[in-house]
Amino acid sequence: MHGTRILQEADRLMTVCNSCRYCEGLCAVFPAMEMRRAFSDGDLNYLANLCHSCGACYADCQFSPPHEFNVNVPKTLAVARAESYAAYAWPRAFAGAFARNGLVISLIAALSVAAFIFGFAAVNDRGVLTGIHTGPGAFYKLMPHNAMALLFGLALLYAILALVMGVRAFWRDIGKPVGMTTDAKALLQAVRDAGELRYLDGGGVGCFNEDDQPTDRRKLYHHFTFYGFALCFAATCVGTLYHYLLAREAPYAWWDLPVVLGTLGGIGLVVGPLGLLGEKWKRDRVLVDEQRMGMDTAFILMLFLTSITGLALLLWRETAAMGPLLALHLGVVFALFITMPYGKFVHGIYRFVALVRYARERQMMAE
Amino acid sequence: MVDLTRRFDVLVIGGGNAALCAAISARRAGASVLVLEGAPKFYRGGNTRHTRNMRCAHDAATEILTGPYTEEEFWKDLLLVTGGQTDEELARFMIHESKDILNWIVEQGVRWQPSLGGTLSLGRTNSFFLGGGRAMLNALYRTAEELGVDILYDAEVIDLTVEDGMFLSAQLKQPVGGKTEVRASTLVAAAGGFEANIEWLKESWGDAAANFLIRGTPYNRGTILKMLLAKGVREIGDPTQCHAVAIDARAPKFDGGIITRHDSVVFGIVVNKHAERFYDEGEDIWPKRYAIWGRLVAAQPDQIAYIIFDSTVVTSFMPTLFPPIAGATIAELAGKLELDAAALEKTITEFNAAVQPGTFDHTILDDCATEGITPPKTHWARRIDTPPYLAYPVRPGITFTYLGTRVNREARILMKDGKPSANMFAAGEIMAGNVLGKGYAAGIGMTIGSVFGRVAGREAAKNARN
Repeated sequence: MHGTRILQEADRLMTVCNSCRYCEGLCAVFPAMEMRRAFSDGDLNYLANLCHSCGACYADCQFSPPHEFNVNVPKTLAVARAESYAAYAWPRAFAGAFARNGLVISLIAALSVAAFIFGFAAVNDRGVLTGIHTGPGAFYKLMPHNAMALLFGLALLYAILALVMGVRAFWRDIGKPVGMTTDAKALLQAVRDAGELRYLDGGGVGCFNEDDQPTDRRKLYHHFTFYGFALCFAATCVGTLYHYLLAREAPYAWWDLPVVLGTLGGIGLVVGPLGLLGEKWKRDRVLVDEQRMGMDTAFILMLFLTSITGLALLLWRETAAMGPLLALHLGVVFALFITMPYGKFVHGIYRFVALVRYARERQMMAE
Repeated sequence: MVDLTRRFDVLVIGGGNAALCAAISARRAGASVLVLEGAPKFYRGGNTRHTRNMRCAHDAATEILTGPYTEEEFWKDLLLVTGGQTDEELARFMIHESKDILNWIVEQGVRWQPSLGGTLSLGRTNSFFLGGGRAMLNALYRTAEELGVDILYDAEVIDLTVEDGMFLSAQLKQPVGGKTEVRASTLVAAAGGFEANIEWLKESWGDAAANFLIRGTPYNRGTILKMLLAKGVREIGDPTQCHAVAIDARAPKFDGGIITRHDSVVFGIVVNKHAERFYDEGEDIWPKRYAIWGRLVAAQPDQIAYIIFDSTVVTSFMPTLFPPIAGATIAELAGKLELDAAALEKTITEFNAAVQPGTFDHTILDDCATEGITPPKTHWARRIDTPPYLAYPVRPGITFTYLGTRVNREARILMKDGKPSANMFAAGEIMAGNVLGKGYAAGIGMTIGSVFGRVAGREAAKNARN
């Protein structure tokens, strides 16, 4: 017996699939399943997070509905995956954030933006808020750099702490049968598998989304999103280094590294999320975890808002709109940071951890 | 919308591997093609949905095949499983053509993968479809559609007009649109066998057929085969011959597919409803004798049998869909199976006493045998003495039938007088009996379908042009 109904259903499906095995060439889920004859809650959460939702096993399955065996692996694992996010959330008191995630994220984002606007208005007089500031240190007229670095550093640290605690619980749960350790080789393999989204590929045929044709472009849009996010993060890091190591203050010229990285990343973070949103809209309802649409959409929109407000700030930073735009951008980014452990962001973390576990299992089996 | 008022070059009846290979090869040869699939879209493709591999000859190892499998070796395997009941000319032709099918099918969008977990013994001879038979079908349908083949689902053919061995038209019945006369220059019959037609099975099997489970599509009712035979087509094959394996008795009546099979026979004993053994469970390496157990169980009273083993071997075979039925004692197990407890205890006690010492190795014909009981278990015999005692109930699971239409190596149908039909061809299960008189070798049904489908399509297109 399993803890939840969805894990019970996942167990039923894995029993069906393990006596069939036709899909083992499609992704990592089925080979991982074949290494087991029975499935604990941890095993099922591991398989659920290993699944990239490419949809191929649904299109290829002779037992998918309307067949009486009613095998719908992508949807079942999507629900189990989402429930696992809540189950591993830290602190436990915040697990409820996943239940109505769209609403929670929207509220936090709105409050955060409002806080920055009111904060700016309260601390600065009107002239500063709507004034025109240019040259090095222009942003810090509104908020001192150290205050900004401290606030965002703390938010990020908190997010990292909460994520690490979640990962710790997940890792313990999926520890069997290969133990709690891993090694550099498995880590590297997982970095490669995640970096190229190896398993969002239908085994080479391509992914399925709106119908039974492998014409899905989620992989491309995800690359835009992920690498866009990575570039934006890199821009922030370079900016911080500039500030503390070289004593060069933002804003930087358009050709300078933080701006180039941020602009490219921002474009990726516009194209990617819009594409993903479009694909999500088109997705065959039979594959969709309807209850979690809010969570998925909220995260995509947060990324989109991050990039769009950042780009707007770049475009209008030398006008009177800079102050409000800065408040807006910082508000969105702050909300993004603090909600990271309690939203769709965690999918990347848990899936990566599952890939590490899988790479390790493969090694152990080969030895 | 498909224009049914036009006259097609090639009409393909059926929607599985053979039908699609025929449609694609005819279309590639320039013909206009209409495919009439009797099933709804989800169930399209007949038994191809449930397949996973194809047996093709090849002279060297490939990325997915572990070693060469020559035409000669393939032929010897076929001779062995059919006991010589095969048409040598057609069989050798098929085996030769199978070599090229390995590549041709990939050109039609199908992808291969190495043999699946649990099927290592087929890694050298059989090529597996990435994602299984439905993935293979999806690829073929995609290709056919891209090439401009017209396809109708829920398209039941209720009559054929054939004059002097010449096909003129087919009467089509659709849920919406009613009856339509479909005209075409040539016909490719690729509509499968008749295993889902229990009444027809009863004609040769008697009432026993009522207890058969049908592993595949409920749509293979043999209506096209029956029409053709009634229109003067020569038949081939024995109506009682089919590919039948022992499958879990708890499986659904139709369409349970691969996951209802059991490969645990060699690890235990098999008893009938009187709790008596009836055949040497250790005769040969699994899966060589996999396909005999369907017929063996069919010959037992009430067409039911039980694979009995103990807890020491549970992990020796593939995990199963249905869990084994367990008992702490043999009597308890017998009670759950509704078998006579004393009889089952006696059978197991006698079997255990007859087991001789040996070194168990399920990968070879080992020396673990019984002595002094009938039937013997000639390999892998080990005592059943570690509770819990476990059992799977099994029934005959019919995969496909061999009675069919006689064809020549153009896949052209032969008439009762031996003359080739002017414009009718057949491919797949409907003509499998030409090659498979009895017995079965894994993946050969798909070879028959692809090879003769491709040939039938090509020849039909040529025929339509002339």
